[in-house]
Amino acid sequence: MEWLYATRWSPYAAGIGIGVLSWLTFLISRKPLGCSTAFATTSGMLRAIIQGDKVARNAYYERIGVRIDWQWMLVLGVAIGAFISAIASGDFELLWVPSRWVAAFGSAPLPRLLAAIVGGVFMGFGARWADGCTSGHGISGTLQLSVASWVSAICFFLGGIIAAFLIYGVA
Amino acid sequence: MRQATTSNNAGRRYELLWGLLFGLAFGFFLQKGGVTKYDVILGQLLLEDFTVVKIMLTAVVTGMLGIYAMRQVGWVELSTKPGSVGKNVIGGLLFGIGFAVLGYCPGTLAGAIGNGYLDALVGGLIGILLGSGLFAELYPKLRGTILRWGDFGTIRLPEVLKVNDWVVVLPAAALLVLLMVWLETAGL
Repeated sequence: MEWLYATRWSPYAAGIGIGVLSWLTFLISRKPLGCSTAFATTSGMLRAIIQGDKVARNAYYERIGVRIDWQWMLVLGVAIGAFISAIASGDFELLWVPSRWVAAFGSAPLPRLLAAIVGGVFMGFGARWADGCTSGHGISGTLQLSVASWVSAICFFLGGIIAAFLIYGVA
Repeated sequence: MRQATTSNNAGRRYELLWGLLFGLAFGFFLQKGGVTKYDVILGQLLLEDFTVVKIMLTAVVTGMLGIYAMRQVGWVELSTKPGSVGKNVIGGLLFGIGFAVLGYCPGTLAGAIGNGYLDALVGGLIGILLGSGLFAELYPKLRGTILRWGDFGTIRLPEVLKVNDWVVVLPAAALLVLLMVWLETAGL
């Protein structure tokens, strides 16, 4: 049971696990692994509470469908699976500010939370604009050799590397 | 009629259950790989620690060989998305900015919440929901304009090169493995 209690696996072991998992999602569910649409679905469900039918008439929500679906359950599973892994290895911790951020910007939670919200807005918006994320394009699309996914994945990292150097290079 | 509805409901329940099970495994692998952590993701984007790239490329090589082999014998069908320069380049760069500022991506954000990271739960989750909702609002204006710029449709590399799938799959797998060997020898 060492594999269960280990805090970290070799990245290659984790990668092979995810690769084999992708075989199974194609084989059993006929779907590629992907995560970001589930957040758009959730935004539609929350907006429907406030705005009612207006959400159902929005062209984007009409396209993706606003209800709990396979991918929504997948993302819920990701949170639970990570929780099980972290608890098993004793790596679970309630933490407001990650240590790299503390070293550069201090330990106050508010600036980190504001950055996380702003970053989240860019990420949610950009994932919808690009029609996929690091899972849907970065793993599932690239492994199928999709041109749209290779272009997206390269741009995710290009944008991310430039932004990270701007944030930490200046600090 | 009624029977059909019942079996549809059962089908949907199974679909959701499989989604949850696959998600459990995905989250488990992401956490064991270390990528539910802000420090590891920023380490990658600052080019200090290549954990994220190693996990992704290993998953791509493993997944690609298996999926193309299963497709060869007719067990699975591919599922790829159409693309355009306006969609994938601009969207990709916007996503990248979010990737660095937030320090998680959508999948690892869910994993980070499970890992107990409150900046993911209280900050990132709210942001990603706002960003997704904002895009839905602007979608009617974007879909016929910027998202169509440089449209190249649903196309895969073997189709671009007009060769058999395996002529791309095998060299691509070899190249990605060599890249990882090089990363290891460079101590990254």
